[in-house]
Amino acid sequence: MARKQSIAQKKSFPGPEDIFRAEFPNGLTVLARSNFNSPSISINGYQASGAIFESDEKLGLADFVASCLMRGTQTRTFDAIYNELESVGANMGFDSGVHKTNFGGRALAEDLPLMLRLLAESLSTPAFPESEVEKLRAQLLTGLAIRAQDTSDMAGLIFDKMLYADHPYGRPGDGFVETIQDISRRDLEEFHRLHFGPKGMVISIVGAIEPEKANDEVARALMGWQAEGQTEAPALPPLKAIKKAVKQHHHIAGKSQSDIVIGMVGPRRKDAEFVAASLGNTILGQFGMMGRIGDVVREKSGLAYYAYSSLSSGIGPGSWEVNAGVNPKNVQKAVDLIEKELRRFVKGGVTKDELADSQANYVGRLPLSLESNGGVASALVNIQRYDLGLDYYQRYESMVRSVTRDEVLQAARKYIDPDRLVIATAGP
Amino acid sequence: MTSKVIQTILKNGLKVMLKEIHTSPIISSWVWYRVGSKDEVTGKTGISHWTEHMQFKGTKKFPARILDRAISREGGTWNAFTYLDWTTYFETMPAEKIDLALKLEADRMAKSIFTEKEVTSERTVIIAEREGHENEPLFRLGEAVQQAGFRVHPYHHEVIGDMADLLTITRDDLFKHYRTYYIPNNAVLAVAGDFEAKLMLKRIKEYFEKIPAGRAAPRLKRVEPEQVGEMRLSVEGPGETNYLQVAYRFPSATNADFFPLAVLDSLLAGPSNLNMFGGGISNKTSRLYRALVDKEYAVSASGGASVTIDPFLYSFILTIHPKRRPEETLAALDEELKKVQEEPVSEGEIARATKQARAIFAYGSENITNQAFWMGFAEMFATYDWFTNYLNKLAKITPQDVQRVAREYFRPARRIVGSYIAKGAEG
Repeated sequence: MARKQSIAQKKSFPGPEDIFRAEFPNGLTVLARSNFNSPSISINGYQASGAIFESDEKLGLADFVASCLMRGTQTRTFDAIYNELESVGANMGFDSGVHKTNFGGRALAEDLPLMLRLLAESLSTPAFPESEVEKLRAQLLTGLAIRAQDTSDMAGLIFDKMLYADHPYGRPGDGFVETIQDISRRDLEEFHRLHFGPKGMVISIVGAIEPEKANDEVARALMGWQAEGQTEAPALPPLKAIKKAVKQHHHIAGKSQSDIVIGMVGPRRKDAEFVAASLGNTILGQFGMMGRIGDVVREKSGLAYYAYSSLSSGIGPGSWEVNAGVNPKNVQKAVDLIEKELRRFVKGGVTKDELADSQANYVGRLPLSLESNGGVASALVNIQRYDLGLDYYQRYESMVRSVTRDEVLQAARKYIDPDRLVIATAGP
Repeated sequence: MTSKVIQTILKNGLKVMLKEIHTSPIISSWVWYRVGSKDEVTGKTGISHWTEHMQFKGTKKFPARILDRAISREGGTWNAFTYLDWTTYFETMPAEKIDLALKLEADRMAKSIFTEKEVTSERTVIIAEREGHENEPLFRLGEAVQQAGFRVHPYHHEVIGDMADLLTITRDDLFKHYRTYYIPNNAVLAVAGDFEAKLMLKRIKEYFEKIPAGRAAPRLKRVEPEQVGEMRLSVEGPGETNYLQVAYRFPSATNADFFPLAVLDSLLAGPSNLNMFGGGISNKTSRLYRALVDKEYAVSASGGASVTIDPFLYSFILTIHPKRRPEETLAALDEELKKVQEEPVSEGEIARATKQARAIFAYGSENITNQAFWMGFAEMFATYDWFTNYLNKLAKITPQDVQRVAREYFRPARRIVGSYIAKGAEG
């Protein structure tokens, strides 16, 4: 049995005393923390370019560029890059969001210099070889053909389009068949020239290495990177308000299950009510077997294998949505049940016990989310991305516990209007 | 920071495995039952998985919707999985809260209720789960290939079960299945994390040792006859994308050939990641990626085997390139298989596969849940030594070993070739 005082102690969560942080003159921020419990290291971070820079005609461009970064650089072929990585059992990859190009990877600690060299090369000198671009294009187009058949992807896609009308968040990051076909090698090069650079870039390294040593390795690989042309991201346009409930169904033939997405705009990550909304969301559609939504749609009605709510909050306006997969004949029934739960949620809020449970869950699961190197590396990046403060995880418990029922109710009422829901379904 | 694994068998036959790991204030507890879809007869397929669902419906002491909340309240993570050979339940909790998980697992080992009402409501949940799978072309193809591969052995059906049986299995069927297989002498309890083993064992005895042993669980002994000649099948469905699944007969995990085959798998398709938590690595320099994806026969290529008690299948899954016909992609795959059969691979390639496996093991060891997982998992098809000796065994493989197993196992006469033929967006 666990001793009263656990042997591992409450190893202090990452904080100012053990998070190393440095800024390079070229605008790159380095975060590092050591963990010698396993012989591996994790890398996480982002670079300040994303789909926000795309035109409607070239949707998917940022994603296409991110997918090209490791397909050949000025000094190494696609095969050579992956040969170095895979030969040592390391992994690295890029993907693009609206605001950032994210990267992540891991390796045995001895292979950190190799990882950083390849990361730097991929970011600063991608070559966009013609043959690789064309191979990748065929793969991306196949991805879109598969997406077109996926009820969950398509419900999500039309949901975003309705929720964020004429806004960068309403456009699919992987584009459309016609836009992917329309992107030229020159577009890729140009996008890279204008939007890639160390300014605003963040990298975190966690694992079996002293932080200062990790910093030296990053400096060796990336301190010299300069990008004259790197442009600032445009501001996000204002979001059009949803004035009345909107509904759309996307037909996909031959499917045995339909997907439902119901939701509304949610808070930004930095908004004051984010934590209250997040705790409320847990009660609504996460806690135990998917919270109240799971209880009604799955447990009591047996309509779905999955029915849950989620809050995704980032730099701009987030989304607060409920997802469920049901038999096509039960779509309306499930939609009605979910609507009813949302009404109950904004009318009566949450109970004292529900809030206490949700708070205890947040506090209790923190050690688990910070257990692996990858978990800590991404936590450090979030500290930087959302300006949370280096002591964020040490303040976390008191911050979570200080949220009141009233704050949860206010947050719910601010965002959820059951008469103005966006409802997307996809299926036969 | 970690200690050796302590193994003991309680008076009622429950095997207990304990490993102290003091890197984080977390404990992960897993109960494994030796029951899975291979213990199911026609008419009752899917019953093991459904029983797993029913195990979340409560006991007298922990009624439905109380127990999940109790675990979540403490910040725990929990889940369950059913597979061909086994069913497992785990909780990972803050160290000082693990007692709750142990009490819960001890209680539901014998005292779940399975009310008629809960069975009725769960029937449609499981049907919805199956319908969700049926949306996926690769599920439909995989199900057809598996069924073709096993005419006699009960590996012939998917874990989720056939729709016909999901419609007809009764509460009493489920309860009988539960009482037959959920007995301490058919289970393994594996706990890893921040505890003192002596004290932990004492507590485990207190909770579990009073559960009475049951009669030895029955097993189906239906050996699959030797396959004589290649089998081909196709599944049609909506979409624009064609797929191929090429499945070869594969030995059980305890067969000595498993290890040279693991090396071969790594060279051909990239290293398989056996961890349940802690991801793997990419396969872009594997032989098949170079020969099939890079040469545009396929848009993606992967391969892997399940680790099983009885011989199962090794499958290559290929997403066919839009400009190719499935036969062209199959011919390109055959060409690569011929190479490993005709020319010995290099020592360097074997060393590379071993380093890849070492890295994947290191990633998995960052995570206490994954370390606890391995103890019981290995026990389901072999013993824990299988896991601890894995890297040493790989390191001893020679090019001749790899060539021999390539010739023996990757023969057309011992394979099933399944195609998913997309019939367009309107199906």
